[in-house]
Amino acid sequence: MSIETREARQPWILLSPALTSILLLLIVPLMFIVVYSFWLRTATGADQVGFYLDNWAEVLTDEFYRDILLQTLWIALVTTGVCALMGYPAAYFIARSKGNKAIMLLLLMLPFWISYIIRTMSWINILGVSGAFNSVLISIGIIDEPLQLLYNQVTVILGLVHFLLPFMILNIYVSLEDIDINLEDAACSLGASRWQTFLEVTLPLSLPGLAAGGLLCFVLGAGTYITPVILGGPRDAMFANLVFEAIITQLDWPLGSVLSLVLIAVLGSIVLVYNRFLGMRQLMKGLA
Amino acid sequence: MSAVKLENIVKKFGDFTAVHPMSLDLPEGSFVTFLGPSGCGKTTTLRMIAGLLDPTDGGIYVGDRQINDVPIHKRNLGIVFQNYALFPHKTVADNVAFGLKHRNVPKEERERRVREALELVQLPHLANSYPKQLSGGQQQRIALARAIVVEPDVLLLDEPLSALDANLREDMRVELKRIQEQIGITTIFVTHDQSEALAMSDILVVMSNGRVEQVGDPKDIYTNPQSRFVADFLGTSNILEATVAEENGVAGVKTDAVGFVPLSSAQMDKLVGAANSYLVMRAEKIELLAADAPADDRLTFTGKVEAVDYQGQLVRYFVEVNGEKFQVLNMLGTDGAMKEGQTVSVRFKSEDCVAVGEDA
Ligand SMILES: Nc1ncnc2c1ncn2[C@@H]1O[C@H](COP(=O)(O)OP(=O)(O)OP(=O)(O)O)[C@@H](O)[C@H]1O
Ligand SMILES: [Mg+2]
Repeated sequence: MSIETREARQPWILLSPALTSILLLLIVPLMFIVVYSFWLRTATGADQVGFYLDNWAEVLTDEFYRDILLQTLWIALVTTGVCALMGYPAAYFIARSKGNKAIMLLLLMLPFWISYIIRTMSWINILGVSGAFNSVLISIGIIDEPLQLLYNQVTVILGLVHFLLPFMILNIYVSLEDIDINLEDAACSLGASRWQTFLEVTLPLSLPGLAAGGLLCFVLGAGTYITPVILGGPRDAMFANLVFEAIITQLDWPLGSVLSLVLIAVLGSIVLVYNRFLGMRQLMKGLA
Repeated sequence: MSAVKLENIVKKFGDFTAVHPMSLDLPEGSFVTFLGPSGCGKTTTLRMIAGLLDPTDGGIYVGDRQINDVPIHKRNLGIVFQNYALFPHKTVADNVAFGLKHRNVPKEERERRVREALELVQLPHLANSYPKQLSGGQQQRIALARAIVVEPDVLLLDEPLSALDANLREDMRVELKRIQEQIGITTIFVTHDQSEALAMSDILVVMSNGRVEQVGDPKDIYTNPQSRFVADFLGTSNILEATVAEENGVAGVKTDAVGFVPLSSAQMDKLVGAANSYLVMRAEKIELLAADAPADDRLTFTGKVEAVDYQGQLVRYFVEVNGEKFQVLNMLGTDGAMKEGQTVSVRFKSEDCVAVGEDA
């Protein structure tokens, strides 16, 4: 076998375990879900095999689903915005600091060593009725009764920001790190103030990272179901909670399948739009 | 009036002193080159003038204005970076217009001046391209256009040609000098390429280890170095340890390899008070002749060719004379080069030799 043919085959040989597992664990189950979505659950609780559009019709027309989808996208959007506003200065600080960046990035990754669920639940200890925040306020006499701070949309967003901020920071950091520092010096030497330089040079050149971080936060935020369960109230359900509800609680696999596919379709099209305008390369950089 | 004046400027990075107290007075409209080996503080000095670094001590003046505390965006200097630093997200025209926009130049005048600047660097047709689409030499010219379009008081260039390949570098060198002369702007140019420095500068500043070794006309510095470092750094020199001596009432120095060499009083003055004395002989000032060539009035020694290194029309020889190795640069003669192992007559004039002293 010549080196050339070997080199041509090598990627496929090396990729095959990954491709096989993607096929078995992602594509095949997805196919099942597509098939399921056309079945129907009868009154007895058994699944009726066939080609029924009932569930699709219900999900696509019922305002209940539409409202929760919009609420989900809204929460994801606000979360993304907050992450961007909070993450940008942090990323800028790390990228421009002369100190030990490796340590700072390590600290940024540190939360990932703790389970996401535990990190989310920690907010109960902070904001709960007998949590740290209320205890302090009561002990210094500002309030008599504990405040009900948890279980609303704000705490859901808080939890999501807590979870997603590092992704945003990393993505922005990567694109800031890529910017030649001479460009900022050049802008200043040409008469732009620090702030003008930021607006005209640094910010535009870091937009790809901001967009990649934004996409990641948005998609992960919109797909979450743990955060609303732990930190949200009854009215703060997100779309993934509906899937959970349908499949696990009501054992209605066909409805759950339709809901999953709708969420996949919505988030997928957002990714496609991003890809169309900014390309996936930047996203890969941020993840690497 | 001097365009740029440095008064005892010092730069320390922690305990390390990158620039020792340094003073320079650079006249209006001159082309000044900072030349020195890597790490000698050229960039650091330039960046202090630019306002990208704060001097630890000392004063920087442009015209008669002290600019130490003037922020960089108010200094009105043009800087060309080694990697060009063109804004990748802006077109060539927008890059060049950047400085004008921040000086609130009205749109019409801005467009006219951008056009003129692009014509000056002979690239008006690239106005709507993006930097990525340009070759290195073109980017270099655009960077130059961007820096000079704002009519800065001083133009600062940090090794602007080092990223270009050899041929292009020579073209750009001529081009840069043409533009500088055309607009008459005071220019400070940093390089560690001595041929660049010798060819371009009105004033050459040779630096080493954060200190100025010698300042002046490039030709003077080349022919009459004031320190061992400059003699060694510029061109190819043979540097021999020497002691001050006198023979038949003529002052000079005595060396092991070539004995006594008479020197002018100007050269001898350089050795007054020096701890170590050296005799410097430029490699191209020594001539090799066939061993049996007729005698002339030059100092003449017998040597043996140890190695021959062809460099086109020039040949570099390594010759041993009385146990000392000499480098010799000669044009290739009509009867070909000397051969390795050949015994030759080594000749030079004492007037071509210079002395340098060194403090302990
Ligand atoms: N920010 C800094 N912190 C610490 N030391 C520095 C810093 N910048 C430069 N130096 C040191 O100062 C000295 C002079 O550096 P400088 O960049 O001025 O050299 P240079 O003459 O421009 O060299 P080159 O030809 O390699 O560009 C070097 O020893 C360098 O290591
Ligand atoms: Mg340098």
